[in-house]
Amino acid sequence: MSSVAWLIPALPAASAVVIVALGRKMPVGGAEIGILSLATAFVLSLVLAVEVFGANVAATTSGVGEAFLHTARVELAPIGAGDSLFAGIRIDGLTVMMFLLVTFVSLMVHVYSLGYLHGDERFTWYYAVLSFFSAAMLLLVVSDNLMLLLVGWELVGVSSFLLIGFWWELKANSDAAIKAFLTTKLGDVGLVVGVVALWGQFGTFDIAAITAMVGDGVQAGGAPLDTGLLSFALIAFVLGVVGKSAQFPLHTWLPDAMAGPTPVSALIHAATMVTAGVFLVARLYPLYSAAPAAQATLAVIGAITLLMAGLLALVQEDIKKVLAYSTVSQLGYMVAALAFSYTAGIFHLFTHGFFKALLFLGAGSIIHAAHSNNLRDMGGLAKVMPTTFATFLVGTLALMAVPPLAGFWSKDEILVEAAAAGGYTGSLVLVVGALGGALTVLYMTRVLYLTFAGSFRGEGHPHESPRSMTGPLVALAVPAALIGLVNLPVEAFQPYAFSAWTMFSLEYWQTHPIAFEPAIAAVAVGLALAGFLAGWALYRALPLGDDDPARRLGPVSTVLAEKYYLDRLWTDLVTRTIVRDTAAPAAVTLNDEVIDRAVAGAGRATVATGRRVYDDVDQRGIDGVLHGLATSTWWSGARLRLSQSGNVQLYAGAMLTGVVVLAIVFAVGEVS
Amino acid sequence: MSWEQSAITITVALPLVGAAAVALVPRRNEDYAKVLALLVSIGGFALSLAILVGYDWSERGLQYVASVPWIEPAGISYTVAIDGISLPLFVLSYLLTFLCAVYSFHHIEEPGRPKAFLSLMLLLQAGMAGTFIAFDLILFFVFWELVLVPMYFMIGIWGGPNRQYAAIKFFLYTLFGSVFMLVAFLAVYFAAPERTFDLVALQQYGAAGEFAIGFQRLAFLGMFLGLAIKVPMWPFHTWLPDAHTEAPTVGSVLLAGILLKMGTYGFVRIALPVLPDAAVEYAPLIAVLAVIAIIYGALACLAQSDLKRLIAFSSVGHMGFVMLGIATLTPLGINAAIFGMVAHGIITGMLFFLAGTIKERYHTREIAALGGGMLKTTPRLGAVLGLVAIASLGLPGLAGFWGEILALLAAFNPAPELVAAGWLTLYRVLVVFGAVGTVLTAGYFLWMMQRVLMGEPPERWVAAPPEDVSPIEWGAWAPLLVLTVALGPLPFLVTAITDADVTSIMSAFGA
Repeated sequence: MSSVAWLIPALPAASAVVIVALGRKMPVGGAEIGILSLATAFVLSLVLAVEVFGANVAATTSGVGEAFLHTARVELAPIGAGDSLFAGIRIDGLTVMMFLLVTFVSLMVHVYSLGYLHGDERFTWYYAVLSFFSAAMLLLVVSDNLMLLLVGWELVGVSSFLLIGFWWELKANSDAAIKAFLTTKLGDVGLVVGVVALWGQFGTFDIAAITAMVGDGVQAGGAPLDTGLLSFALIAFVLGVVGKSAQFPLHTWLPDAMAGPTPVSALIHAATMVTAGVFLVARLYPLYSAAPAAQATLAVIGAITLLMAGLLALVQEDIKKVLAYSTVSQLGYMVAALAFSYTAGIFHLFTHGFFKALLFLGAGSIIHAAHSNNLRDMGGLAKVMPTTFATFLVGTLALMAVPPLAGFWSKDEILVEAAAAGGYTGSLVLVVGALGGALTVLYMTRVLYLTFAGSFRGEGHPHESPRSMTGPLVALAVPAALIGLVNLPVEAFQPYAFSAWTMFSLEYWQTHPIAFEPAIAAVAVGLALAGFLAGWALYRALPLGDDDPARRLGPVSTVLAEKYYLDRLWTDLVTRTIVRDTAAPAAVTLNDEVIDRAVAGAGRATVATGRRVYDDVDQRGIDGVLHGLATSTWWSGARLRLSQSGNVQLYAGAMLTGVVVLAIVFAVGEVS
Repeated sequence: MSWEQSAITITVALPLVGAAAVALVPRRNEDYAKVLALLVSIGGFALSLAILVGYDWSERGLQYVASVPWIEPAGISYTVAIDGISLPLFVLSYLLTFLCAVYSFHHIEEPGRPKAFLSLMLLLQAGMAGTFIAFDLILFFVFWELVLVPMYFMIGIWGGPNRQYAAIKFFLYTLFGSVFMLVAFLAVYFAAPERTFDLVALQQYGAAGEFAIGFQRLAFLGMFLGLAIKVPMWPFHTWLPDAHTEAPTVGSVLLAGILLKMGTYGFVRIALPVLPDAAVEYAPLIAVLAVIAIIYGALACLAQSDLKRLIAFSSVGHMGFVMLGIATLTPLGINAAIFGMVAHGIITGMLFFLAGTIKERYHTREIAALGGGMLKTTPRLGAVLGLVAIASLGLPGLAGFWGEILALLAAFNPAPELVAAGWLTLYRVLVVFGAVGTVLTAGYFLWMMQRVLMGEPPERWVAAPPEDVSPIEWGAWAPLLVLTVALGPLPFLVTAITDADVTSIMSAFGA
C-alpha cells in the first residue's frame, strides 16, 4: 500500500487541475470531482493507517522491531558538485495520522461547502483552490525532506491567501489575506534560514538521514555535531512555527483570516494548515529532544500564547473570532506540549482537528441561519436548529475538555507530561495550561449562552441548514466525542493506542508511556467547573455589548480590545509606518537624490570638463590632437539627434578614455 | 563545413541576415516585414533547439566549436562554442525574440514602422545570442557592444515620453562600463604567458595561477565595472528603471529577459574563471551589494506608483539573488544563478508583456488610475498577471523559487577560500537578510495585486470593459506561462543542462 501512498496528495492535485479546466461545465460546478478525489484519498489513508497500525502493534506487543517507516524518492535536479534535490515520500505513524485528519476534515468541508457556497459566482474556483490546498497540505506531511516540506508549507500558505481573500471585492478581505500571507511569510524567514542551516550542517534535506546523524552525534562529513548550530536552526524553525501556527506574537493574522468563507476557516485555519508548525516540530522531534534550548522556547511561547489568546476569546463579539482565538490558544497547548512529549503534542493536534472543525462548521451553520457573525444577533437558536445545536454542544464539550470527550484526554495528557517534566518550563505549562482550561470553559459557556439560549435577537426567521451542511456536522461529532479514547491511559491498552500508532521509534514508545494523574485530572475538571460556574453566573442573564462583564474591567478591557496592541505594532508601526512610509520612500530618495544624482553629476562633470578643454585648451590654439576628444559631446547628447555620427564620436571618446585607463593599468601592472 | 562546426554561426547569422532582409522590405508593404521577421525568428528558435537537441549530453563541455583566425596580427579569432552554461540563455534569447515577433503582430508602439522596429529587434537578437557563444574576448566584446545600438534606437524612437533621456542614459552608462571591461580584456591579453584572447586558454592560465594577484585586482575591477553596470548591480542600477519604463514592450521584454543576463553571464564565463584569485577577494563585496540590491529593490518597489517601473525595480532585487549565487563561488551558487537568470527572463519578460498590454488597454500604467478590479473587467488578463506576480515573488512550485532558495543555500556555505578568508559569518548573515528580502518582495507584489486585481473596478471600466487577452497575445505568452509553471516542479530542465559544466568551470575554486 505504501508504494501508492503518493496518490493521496496526487489525487487532490489532479482534481484541482481538472476543476479549473472543466469544472464550469460539470453539473455541480466541479465540486463532484473534488469530493470524489478527497473521498478516494480518505479511503486510501484509512487503508494505509491500518497497515501502519498493524505493523506498529506488532512491534509494541512483541517488544522487537521498529516503528513503521517507508520512504521512496526520485531525483528532481542536480544542483552542483554531486548534490541533488529530491522529491520523496515518508510514510510513518505521524504521516498517516495527518493523512487521516486532513482527508477526513477536507472531505467534510468539501461536502459542507456544497450548501454553504451554493450559488456563489466563484463556486468552481473555490473548489479548485480547496482541492489544491488539500494536495499541498498532504504534500507537506508526506515529504521525506525539508525542501519539499518547505514547498508544501508555502503552497498551503498561498491557498490560504487565495481563500481568505476569496471575496476580494471587499478591501477588508484582501487586507486580511495579505496580512495572513505576509505575517506567516515573516515567520518563514525562520523556516528558510533553518532549512538552509540544516542543509549547511548536514549536507542533506533528508529528515531520516539528519535524524540518524544527530542520533550518532555527527554532521556532514562525519565531523562531530555542532549542537550550537543545530539549536540555532531549530530555534529558527520555531519562528516559522510561530508564524504558521499563529503563536504569540505573530498570531494576529489568524483572527483576521476569518474573513474567508467559514468552511475554509474550519479546514485551513483550525484543523490543518495552522497545525503545520506543530507538525513540523513533531516531525523533527528527535532533533528537538537533542536541543533543550529550542524546547524551552517552545514551552514559553506556547504558554504565553494559550493564555493571552484565551483571554482575547472572552471579549470577541464575532463568533468566528471567538473560535479563532480559541484555535490560537489550543495551538499554544500543542506547541507547549511538544516541549515535553511527542505524543501529547500530536494527540491534541489530532483531537482538536476534529472538534474545532466541527465547531467552525457549526458556526457556519449558525451564521448561515442568523445572517450575521455577531453574537448580539443570535440567541434562541437551540430550538430552531436542533442538529446544529446538538453537534455544536458536542464540539464545545470536547473543547472544554469534559470527560470522556476528545479534548479531555489530550489536554490532560499535556498537563501530566508538563508536571512530569517539572522544572521552570514544566511548572509554567502546568499552571498556565490548567488556568487556560478554566478560561476555555468560560469563553465557550459565553458562546453557548449568547447563541443558543434565550430568544432570537437578529432579523428574519432562522432555520436549520440543509442536509449537505448538517451531515458533515454529525459525521464530525462522532470523532469529536470519541476520538480521545484511542489513547486511553490504560496500561493493557497501550500497545494498541494512538501512541503506538504514531510512534517514531519503538524505544521512545517504550520509555514514554501514556500517563494518568488522578490529582491533575481532578484539578483540571475542578477548574473547568469553576469556569463554567463563572460563565453561568455572568452570562445566563445574556449581558451583551457594553454590559459584557469582560468589558467592565477598566484598563484590562482596553488592552484586550486593542488585542495587546500587537496589530498596532505589526500592521500600523512596522508595516505601514516603518516599511511602507519610511524605508520605501527613503530608498527612493536615496535612489533619485543620491545615486542617480551622482550618475548625472558625473555626466555633467564630464561635459564641463569637455567644455573647459574645448574653451581653454582647444580654442587657445592647440589644434588637432585633442580635437577628437568627443567627451565634450557626451552629455550634450540630450540634444543629440539619432544620427550615426553622434555614436561614432561617442565611441571615439570612449576608446580614448580607454586608452588612457589602459596606460595606467599597464603602468601599475608593471610596477606590481 | 559540417553542421557541427557551422551550426552556431548559421544560427547567429540568421537574425543578422534577417535584419537586413527585413530592412529591405519595400515601404508600401511594411506588414510583410512582420511576416518575414516572424519567419526568421521561428527559424532561429528552431535552429537553437536543434543545437540543444544535438548537444552531446554524455560528453559535456564545449561543443559545436568553430575557430578561424580573424585579425591575426592581434591574435583575435572568431571562436564560437557552446556548453551547458551558455545553452539555457542562448535558447531563451531565441525563444523570447520569437515571442516578441509574434507579439508585434498585435502591437508596436508609436510611431509604428514595423520594418525598422523588427529589423532592429533581429539585430539585437544576433548580438544577444552572440554574447553567449563567443569564446574570444574581442568577439565577445563586439557582440556585447552590438546590442547597445539597436536597443538605443528602440528606446529612443519607440519609447515613452522621456525616451531620449532614457536611451542616452542607457547607452552611455553601459558604454562607460564597457570601456573598463575592454581595457581589462586587453590587459589580460598582454599579461597572459602567451598573448591570446582565447577564453579557454585564458581560463587555463587563470586556473594555473599565471596572473599575479595585483594584476588580477585591477583587471577584475575593470571587468566588474562593465559587468556590474550591465546586470545592473546596486548602486549601478539607475539606468535600468528609466530604460525599462520608457522602452517599448518588446524592448523591455528583451532587456529584462536577456540583456541583463549578459552581465551575470560575463561574471560566470569570464571574470571568475580567468581571475579566480581576485574573484575571491571581490566576492564578499559582490555578495553585500547583491543583498543590498535585494532589500533596496524591494523597498523601492513598495514606493512605485507606475506598474512598469515597479516591475523594472523588481529586477534589481531579482538580479541581487543571481549575484548572491555567483558571489558564493560554488557550483551550487552558479547553478542557482543560472536558474535565477532563466527564471527571471521568463517571468519578468512575461510581466513586461503584461505591463505593455495593460497600458494599451487601460491607457495608463498608474496603479491608482487602474483602480483595481481587473479580475472583473478583464478576468483573463488579471488572472495571468496574478499568476506571474506570484511566480515572481518566488513561490515554490513556480519558476521563481529555485533560483532564490538555491542562492541562499549556497551562501550558507560559500567556497572554502572565502571561509578561509574569514567571510563565513558575513555570508551567513547575508542569508538572513536575503530571506527577509523575500518577505518584502512578497509584500510589494501582493500589494500591487490588491490594488490592481482586487476590489470593485472603477465605473469607467465597468461601463466599457477593455478587451481581454487576444489570441495573438495568448500565442506570445503561452510558452512563457508553461515554462513559469513547469520550472517549478521540474527544476532539472535547467540544472541538468548547467550542472556538469558549472561544476567543471568552478573547479578552480574550493579544490
